[in-house]
Amino acid sequence: MAELYEGFTLCGLAAGQSRENSGLLGIEPGRDTDHVIVTGAGRTVTVYKVSDQKPLGSWAAKQGQAVTCPAVLHGQTGEYVAVHDSKVLRIWRDEDINFEKVFKATLSAAVSRIHALPSSEPLVLFQRGAVRQLDALLAAPQQAVEEVLSEEEVIRWSSCFLEAEQPLLLFSTEKSGECFLYLQKLSPNVLHKYNIGSEGKGVCPIGFTATLEDKCITLMCLYSNGCVYKLLVSLHPSVEGEQHLPKSLLMKLPVSEGVLHRAAIACLEEGHIAIVGAPPSASTGDRDFLCIWKTNFPTPQASKELPGGADGPLWCNAGKLYVTHGKVLTVLPYRCEKSSLAAALGKLKQTSTQGDVYKAFCLYWGCVGVSREEVEEVLEPFLSCSPVSPQFQLGLAHIAVELLKRCQADPGFYPQSVLARLAQTGRLSHSSCPGFLMLALEKHDYFLAQLCLQHFPDIPEAVICACLKAFLSVADADLAQVSVDLEGVSLVDGPGQSLEVVQNGFSPVLLEEDSCDVQLTPPKLDQSSSWTDMSLTCPLFLQYLQYLYVRSSGDVYTQLPGLRAPTMTQIMDWVSLLLDAHFAVLVMAPEAKGLLAQLHRFVRSQVRLYSELGKIQGTLQELGKIKKEQEIGLYSIEVIELF
Amino acid sequence: MGEFKVHRVRFFDYMPSGIRCMAFNRKADRLALARLNGSVEIFNFSNNYFQEKVIPGSDSRSIEAICWVGCDRLFTAGLNGEVVEYDLERLCPKYTLDAFGGPIWTAACNSAETHFAFGCEDGSVKLFEILPDKIQFERNLDRQKGRILSLSWHKSGTLIAAGSLDVIRVFDVKSGHSVQRILVDRGPAGTRNKDCVVWNVAFLSDYTIVSGDSAGKVQLWDANKGTLIKTHLVSKWDVLSLSVSENEDSIVAGTSEGTVIQFQLLSPTIGDAETQWIRTRTFKHHTHDVRAVTETKTSVVSGGLDTQLVICPLMDKVEVKSSESVLRKVIFPHRSLVSCAKKPSLLLFQFPDQLELWRLGGTDTVGKPGESLPVTRKPEKLLQLKRKGDDHICCSTISECGHWIAYSTVSSIRLYQIQCDNNNISISKVSKLPKVLRSAHQLQFSADSSKLFVASEQATIHVISLSRSECKHVHTFKPKSGSSAPVHLLAASADGQWLTSANRHCEINVYNLKKLKHHCMVPVYNSLPSAMAIHPETNNLLMAHADQQVFEFSIVDKQYTDWSRKLQKEGLHRCRSKWHTPITHITFNPSAPSQVMLHDTHMFCIIDQSLPLVDLKAQFYSRLTPKDMSETDRPSKNNAFKMCKKYQPLLHVNLLEDDWLVVVERPLIDIHSQLPAPVRQKKFGT
Repeated sequence: MAELYEGFTLCGLAAGQSRENSGLLGIEPGRDTDHVIVTGAGRTVTVYKVSDQKPLGSWAAKQGQAVTCPAVLHGQTGEYVAVHDSKVLRIWRDEDINFEKVFKATLSAAVSRIHALPSSEPLVLFQRGAVRQLDALLAAPQQAVEEVLSEEEVIRWSSCFLEAEQPLLLFSTEKSGECFLYLQKLSPNVLHKYNIGSEGKGVCPIGFTATLEDKCITLMCLYSNGCVYKLLVSLHPSVEGEQHLPKSLLMKLPVSEGVLHRAAIACLEEGHIAIVGAPPSASTGDRDFLCIWKTNFPTPQASKELPGGADGPLWCNAGKLYVTHGKVLTVLPYRCEKSSLAAALGKLKQTSTQGDVYKAFCLYWGCVGVSREEVEEVLEPFLSCSPVSPQFQLGLAHIAVELLKRCQADPGFYPQSVLARLAQTGRLSHSSCPGFLMLALEKHDYFLAQLCLQHFPDIPEAVICACLKAFLSVADADLAQVSVDLEGVSLVDGPGQSLEVVQNGFSPVLLEEDSCDVQLTPPKLDQSSSWTDMSLTCPLFLQYLQYLYVRSSGDVYTQLPGLRAPTMTQIMDWVSLLLDAHFAVLVMAPEAKGLLAQLHRFVRSQVRLYSELGKIQGTLQELGKIKKEQEIGLYSIEVIELF
Repeated sequence: MGEFKVHRVRFFDYMPSGIRCMAFNRKADRLALARLNGSVEIFNFSNNYFQEKVIPGSDSRSIEAICWVGCDRLFTAGLNGEVVEYDLERLCPKYTLDAFGGPIWTAACNSAETHFAFGCEDGSVKLFEILPDKIQFERNLDRQKGRILSLSWHKSGTLIAAGSLDVIRVFDVKSGHSVQRILVDRGPAGTRNKDCVVWNVAFLSDYTIVSGDSAGKVQLWDANKGTLIKTHLVSKWDVLSLSVSENEDSIVAGTSEGTVIQFQLLSPTIGDAETQWIRTRTFKHHTHDVRAVTETKTSVVSGGLDTQLVICPLMDKVEVKSSESVLRKVIFPHRSLVSCAKKPSLLLFQFPDQLELWRLGGTDTVGKPGESLPVTRKPEKLLQLKRKGDDHICCSTISECGHWIAYSTVSSIRLYQIQCDNNNISISKVSKLPKVLRSAHQLQFSADSSKLFVASEQATIHVISLSRSECKHVHTFKPKSGSSAPVHLLAASADGQWLTSANRHCEINVYNLKKLKHHCMVPVYNSLPSAMAIHPETNNLLMAHADQQVFEFSIVDKQYTDWSRKLQKEGLHRCRSKWHTPITHITFNPSAPSQVMLHDTHMFCIIDQSLPLVDLKAQFYSRLTPKDMSETDRPSKNNAFKMCKKYQPLLHVNLLEDDWLVVVERPLIDIHSQLPAPVRQKKFGT
């Protein structure tokens, strides 16, 4: 859950700026996280201490000159670097007061941007696509600069990274509606070109942001139709020449009029992005919002309305977002919560923010009033994609919880297929949506209950008991209409053979294939109905118990008694109970034959193991016994304290 | 409170006797069980399996078969050739009858309960008619060669199956002739020269005979054709016992290996009307011969040479989780065999054939909790008192001062005076006892040792005054209800004013010893009292019942006390319900009378009546892991309920003066070590 904190104004913008021109060229990090370099669209470069909202130094170019690229700080020398009038490079220090007198070099080609890297030489990107390191450029300022880009190709955006001490520059260009992406590596000098492809008529990229993670650059691209695409750019492409870069749709912003004219996107940490210029939901209209979204599961996490119009640009530096709106530059601190397994499983205590999650959800797809069909429609595409991140899991759990709430509040509402789909994702757990299984039992939805039993890894004892009870007491008439997956039950292999595909003792593969087809034939004979009933449910539970047995026999020693999952002893108790109570039925039921044989095999192997352990124990026991018996004898006097 | 010095006593060499046979009375829901030493015990299955009655054994009696007739007539027959009917109120044999057929191996009663059949050593089957107050010899069936080891009547009463050596015969009762002779296979090659002993037969109403034999087979025969239907080889050794359930859909068989095997009548395919006997469950709760099995509605009951009675629930028959759904092993008697004289620290141990008097040892040092102290004075066996005659001791007691010992058999009461000065111990039998004293169900000295209370026949209690010179009969109390049920518990108050008695009809009577009259009766609770005691200061009567309930009754006010109600509300019984053995002793701490001590086989607990009874349950649960807790996490020392499970199994616990405790333990391993070697060594996991 991300949060946007109360913002503050860092500075006013020069008067008379039109909305098209926000009045700022750029904001670059200063010497530490609290300092930023703000380059105005006119002639000024100002260094601010953010927490004090105070300028520390300001430099301005001469009248008639214009600063054309945002000033940056050379991390190694502590000097500022800026370009005015496209070709004039200026370098100065904090103590320099007169901008006119600082170092000056005139270059042979127009500069697009200078990118500073914290521990490396800054990179200079020329408007025609060439890239130079600053020191190399300063050695011969008039050196010839090659033209990389074709005619009419314009750089739209650029960013640089440091990977394994090697600087990288990524920039996107546009040429008559087509978009390209270039990845420039230095030493060795390699340039890769990609074609991003277009999105149809009138739809163009209006914002980019990129992050480098695990030797792979993730580029996120906001299109004017409100779609955010994700493109993965490998640092070591195998193919030479121009490549087509596939993109995947990350989310679609609710754009009311269908087209965004201006908006900006910035990548935050932990899978969050900030977007300015698009509202968090369609209902809030086309006003100007800054909004933090979660990318893995497209939900607005936090949003802020910015009066006076805000549609970019947007900068992000050291936990703060910088956005211009109206006549001011506002700083908005934010926080993106780190995802953890605990959060994914819903175990993290979220006392203060939990309410926000639900609010955000309701805001997003407003499930409160919608019908079952609508819910299905909304969730279908979402469930069809299968990301593997914990956020997705968390999102699923949230959806499940919301749906459960709705089901509980409204008895007529029961989106069975959606619930089944949710369960089938295999990413829900009992702890993330308690009550899910109980709801299925309540609705006598044995199919769903079985799915839960198959897919939930952490069903507590009480709930399993309730299931056991419900299944054992289920009326024949109920069972006859339900498709319970028998194949999956009787054909599961032992742990040695295929542990990977077995989830909670059931084979998901078989389940997919057969669950809907296997229809229980209604009992033909009255006298045998209870028999059929028992012979169906018994193997099921024995199967489940066997799975638990096999699973927990592996980690007997690491178990805490009875906290979440049933302990070995409990499982043993249940198995004994079941065998005791229905042994005759099990022996007779053909479905259970294989299962019993398997259980027997496993038990036999365990007995063999334990008999070996028994020998060891016997040997060691003698040691303890000798000592003890000497102590106790036939008579002893002891002191005890009772509690 | 909380710290005690403990005499940990393990020298009570108590050895239970093996179980020979048993019979379950479905109408009365009671199990009668005969042991190898000739004693008979009756367990009340509807009252938490409490050992309700014990008829002491006798050297001259050996029991091979036991039979109920009706609800309340019990017969045994044995190798001394005698048939005994018991008086279940006086708890002794009613009459004895010689069958004149040599040792009797087996007995069976027909379903109409009009006739007994006894199988004798000489090969005869003797029919006795059952009359209201006796049984009478009627006739012999045709005598055959070979002893008769097992008998079973057909339900119609016209046929009897008799198992012998290598053969099963079917007799026509009317004519007395053998109408069918079935040869039973001997064991596998190598044992062919050994007779196959048919230890058991069971005649089913569909004319199937089930047999269990020494070759380890359970076989099913067609009685009409004399043909074999099915053989189940269940053991390498003998099948010693067999029992058929009431509706004849289940058979259980006990073997020499200690296993009990169940067979059930099931149809092999779904919906098929045809049924077969199919071997289903195997229980392994015994280490030795399972000499007796029987099946109740909800459980399989088995007993054997390893002396324990095992009640194993059949989970398919148990409907709700209750005391019935727990496996029970009854090893120790549900009464105390130990008496304690607190002041002189003496322990009196009761064996069937003798009494032992011990003086506890001592130490000079003190120590911290958890420590063992050096024993500077060893415990001393002061006395070993062999009983006279054949009858086993049924009760015994020692006076508080340690100067008097009394014991009783079914035929006599003996009272001894003990002088103990400077390591010289002298014992003198009190020769002239009042004539009224013939036998006792329970004995108790008054707190000041001036009186002996003798619970006798017809629920009467004789008060005998004791002095050096003579013993005088003072008074005889009779219960107002006119009940004649035997008294099994006595308790006298410390001030000498009150005496309470509990009988097997669950009645607890309070008598005033000063006025020598009946004071009141405690409201009858429907579970047998298993222990009771009178508080030394308040004169409140504390009672524990077989169903684990504990009550406190104010004798003076003739009503239950507030504390009792609170205890009921807080649910001490729920805390204890994990255990299934009854509380066998209640006593008070002489140094702090508000502390009540009660114990069963698995634990003892001390309840401080002066402390609040709040959160009993919470305390109980937290106590499950006291070892894991640090000092600060432990429940506060101000809780009322403290218990100890360190010492097990417990035969007796008592509180002596100066915060001394005495616990008498009897480790199971000591009992097992005295048993003969089992026929098959138990291997792990088999």
